[in-house]
Amino acid sequence: MAYFTEENLRRAHEIIDRYPRAKSAVIPLLHLAQEQNGWITNEAMTHIAELTNVTSAEVLGTGSFYEMFKFHPVGKYLVNVCTNISCQLLGGEELLHHAESTLGITDGETTEDGLFTLEDVECIAACTEAPCFTVNYRYFHRADENTFDEVVAELRSGRSPLDKGKQGDSGDIPSHGTLSRIQQHIPLDRKAGITPPEDSKTAPVWMEKNAEEAKS
Amino acid sequence: MNNSAPAFAAGYINNDGPKLITERFQFEDSFTLERFLNTGGYDGLRKALERKPSEVHDEVREAILLGRGGAGFPAGVKWGFCPEGVWPRYLVVNGDESEPGTYKDRLLMERDPHQLIEGCLIACYALGLSQCFLYVRGEMALAQERIANALNEAYEAGYVGRNILGQDFSVDIVLHWGAGAYIVGEETALIESLEGNRGMPRLKPPYFPAAIGLYGQPTIVNNVETLSNIPWIIDNGASAYKEMGSETSPGTRLFAISGHVNRPGVYEVEQGVTTFRDLFYGENFCQGIRNGNELKMFIPGGGSAPWFFEEHLDLPLEARPVGEAGSMLGSGAIVVMDETTDAVKACLRVVRFFARESCGKCSPCREGTTWEEKILRRIYEGDGRPSDIELLLDIGDNISPGPYPVAAFSDQNLEAVPFPPRQTTICPLGPSSVAPITSAIRRFRAEFETLITQRDSIPVSAAPIEVEQ
Repeated sequence: MAYFTEENLRRAHEIIDRYPRAKSAVIPLLHLAQEQNGWITNEAMTHIAELTNVTSAEVLGTGSFYEMFKFHPVGKYLVNVCTNISCQLLGGEELLHHAESTLGITDGETTEDGLFTLEDVECIAACTEAPCFTVNYRYFHRADENTFDEVVAELRSGRSPLDKGKQGDSGDIPSHGTLSRIQQHIPLDRKAGITPPEDSKTAPVWMEKNAEEAKS
Repeated sequence: MNNSAPAFAAGYINNDGPKLITERFQFEDSFTLERFLNTGGYDGLRKALERKPSEVHDEVREAILLGRGGAGFPAGVKWGFCPEGVWPRYLVVNGDESEPGTYKDRLLMERDPHQLIEGCLIACYALGLSQCFLYVRGEMALAQERIANALNEAYEAGYVGRNILGQDFSVDIVLHWGAGAYIVGEETALIESLEGNRGMPRLKPPYFPAAIGLYGQPTIVNNVETLSNIPWIIDNGASAYKEMGSETSPGTRLFAISGHVNRPGVYEVEQGVTTFRDLFYGENFCQGIRNGNELKMFIPGGGSAPWFFEEHLDLPLEARPVGEAGSMLGSGAIVVMDETTDAVKACLRVVRFFARESCGKCSPCREGTTWEEKILRRIYEGDGRPSDIELLLDIGDNISPGPYPVAAFSDQNLEAVPFPPRQTTICPLGPSSVAPITSAIRRFRAEFETLITQRDSIPVSAAPIEVEQ
């Protein structure tokens, strides 16, 4: 069953071709599905299963392990507030409470206009820049209540708040589901060659240099 | 002296010490191929390709480059565990940084992705690894962009892919994203995830995926910071590397110091010669505890590490002495807590993390971490029971039997128990949840007891319960 658009199907095949076994592409393809639709539908998992030659139950089994995959609609912007130890020490929980009262929702909920989903999350690797929150995984370092309010106001008015992130990131924040705005692309004429492990049972050519050493 | 962190390398602070892996952070365009090539980029790779692969491996072994992911195992020795004559072999880069308190791999990936790529290429050359997977944590969108862009540049310019630098050396590097799971930082769980499965650690033995790893083939798993050191080592030699740091922990390390210090940040620090006191109070480093407050405790190596206190400030930043003193440097994550910190609350928060992140494979961890969190929460919320302290320690003993690693307490006549803990689980996640509990209870038992006795003084059922007829 076709779920991916023509362009995304092309990207899906490009992704699958980077792995010695197609099943390795399950997680990248779940990201691609989430990019297309904002969350992951049953149709998406069925299509991924067909493309990677596994069952759709296996796709769900893998996908449901990971927090970033959403199997129900979420807001256009996923707001993650860190409350782990480094952020907690500097006001992460207070920031979360502020976010809850500002947006009128609690952990895991989505605003009625479908714009924001809020989550209380674990360490997001910005510990020296605490407290910290992210919007669609774009960082806002050393954030206070004002930062939060400004970011929400910018997003509501359709402007990018990334200059308030204090991180050197810029541009627009894509809708939930899109992570990297740049895709890896391996030009065919530059590709070393990716084959299943059973098809490459000999040592790479450059390792022959070691044997030369033994002879001399 | 420029000590302020440039806005584009948020968190990084130049301390005027040797800079092996953060040299380019001073440039706003440090992540571009152009800047990389103008600052000695890919010189290490060129030098490596002039030598035999085994000589490159020897150089890394000689440097005693300790793994920077947490366990601190020497990379050169780990590389040697690949079985002879079994092909293909793979390289998996662990960029799934998510240990509480840890912020350094994200910086390396965002600010100097080419340095990491060069490290990967040298490792692939040395060991005959035919493909490299760069596993970046799913939540790090900017790091993914910077690496994707760097790989595209490097492929185009002939540094990655077929016939690298025109030689008989061809390796594909594939950028792969995770999707949110701390446990995937465990190397066998990382491999499971890369194979398209739930990220659950594999049963040991084999202890190292170098024997049986990705697709059942020999696989080297190295941390981002570990690999980022390789270009410098090959470019300058192992002996130059060993001139810095100490005998058992040469070179520099990135430390992220967060919490209640005046100048939290990521510092590149020479190992062994710097102490925790230097780091917390030094003018070149964190410049003291906020508001002139007293230090209450600190976590020396990420959420999994047993806590240290005032009396451990003079320990050097070096794996062995810290391990002998009852904790670990782990992932270079130091969390400083001042006198205003509630020990029970801090303990609960770290334990909640492990309870949430347990993959559920081993019952002592799955059930144990969940109960640890529940019991700590009821103590914190004033509903604790007198037996709860012993119960917490007992649950910990089921996950990690025997004496648990802990710092010495001269006031209680207790010796240090050296790292690491024993475990009834496949991986160290469960045992890690015990660290904050044993540390907090040993040092701050009175705080737990006060919360529990306060509860006892409150009449639980002042009014008789009305039973519906």
